[in-house]
Amino acid sequence: MFSKFTKSLLILAFSIFLLSITNVSVVYAEDKISQNASEKKPESEGKFDPAKLIMEHIMDAHEFHFATIGEKQIAITLPVLLYSKERGFAMFSFSRLGEGTIYNGYKSIDGKIVAVDAVGNVDQSVSMLFDFSLTRNVVQMLLALILLVVLMLNVAKKYIDGGSKKAPSGFQGLIEPVITFVRDEVGKPNLGAKYEKFMPYLLTIFFFILINNIIGLIPGTANVTGNIAFTLVLAVISLLVILFSTNIHFWGHIFWPPGVPFLVKVILIPVELLGVFIKPAALMIRLFANMVAGHIVITCFILLIFIFGAMSHVAGWGFAPVSVLFTVFIYLIEVLVAFIQAFIFTNLTAVFIGQAMEAPHNEEAGHH
Amino acid sequence: MSLLNILLETDGLSHLGGAIGAGLAAIGAGVGIGQIGKGAVESIARQPEASNDIRANMILTAAFVEGVALFAVIAGILAVLKP
Repeated sequence: MFSKFTKSLLILAFSIFLLSITNVSVVYAEDKISQNASEKKPESEGKFDPAKLIMEHIMDAHEFHFATIGEKQIAITLPVLLYSKERGFAMFSFSRLGEGTIYNGYKSIDGKIVAVDAVGNVDQSVSMLFDFSLTRNVVQMLLALILLVVLMLNVAKKYIDGGSKKAPSGFQGLIEPVITFVRDEVGKPNLGAKYEKFMPYLLTIFFFILINNIIGLIPGTANVTGNIAFTLVLAVISLLVILFSTNIHFWGHIFWPPGVPFLVKVILIPVELLGVFIKPAALMIRLFANMVAGHIVITCFILLIFIFGAMSHVAGWGFAPVSVLFTVFIYLIEVLVAFIQAFIFTNLTAVFIGQAMEAPHNEEAGHH
Repeated sequence: MSLLNILLETDGLSHLGGAIGAGLAAIGAGVGIGQIGKGAVESIARQPEASNDIRANMILTAAFVEGVALFAVIAGILAVLKP
């Protein structure tokens, strides 16, 4: 069934995921030891800052924060792993870095961990602090990875056992049409005869982006695909796949564009060259911006209740049903966008690979 | 104090620019995707059998146009967040 290698890989990924959430803690805000925490709390309680709340939902954090009931924060704090040449490794739970407390010479300033000296000022002797922490994006990605591998291997196993003679059943019946859709609508039209070589990559991209989009829509989870570092890596990998499947004909067209007068060729050559890199960059920004915009809109609609509530209690309560209706509407659109963006990323990657692999054709024929 | 003075004093000008830019991007996206939809619907009306192909192309092209509009939104966000 599963080969030994995939089994050990799955066990490794799952254990990292389990280890990262063993610090479930219900943190009492009053129990903070640090002086500045108790000083800062009164004045920061009164002001309601919607921009900061939106940023907290969009960006990465060292804990899964679910709710704040009165003074209690319900959150799963995640481990922090740091490395610097001067101080070596450090690993501890993020709950120790609560509200500005200094632990082991590290302090969390606005969610970012910096090395500090005994007093609390930034330690200048530490030139570069590498933060390898298991933040919520990382943990969610690992969870999505495990989920994806387990589900897909199950579907594959069913197909291997039954072959094409048995009708698909259960979860296989859900996934197989999607796989054939990606093969027939994305792979074959764009990649022609050599589509089978690229199908694993295209299917991986499609399902990985899709599952991360969908999980990110559940309240309380992290915003993985709306993180530009994540989409940057996906775009770089796509760029590498495109570059490795180019042929000499492709580069010929880049450096000597056919069918245009000579002066236009001179202008077009740098444009074409830049275009090779800008097309995957557009992939990156498209996915990132769509996901971030969706999350911001949903968060904004919910926060509108509190913005109105800050003006007057009645306005807050009265606006709540309207806001919830808008939010549900936008939420359903976001589910659609999750699917569309995964499809678009995969489709455009396939289009660019197809363009890179194009065989020589008669380009002067249309010239009149 | 003139309006310009006040705008230049605070971050007002960059916020204004960012918000107006994002709004213009929304107009651009609306016009663009509207024309894609118009072309697609008219083509389906002329040849209903091709509706699947047309729909796939329509969604692909709409994603391109929306991507460009979202570049402008990101630029607007940067103008507001990093004055």
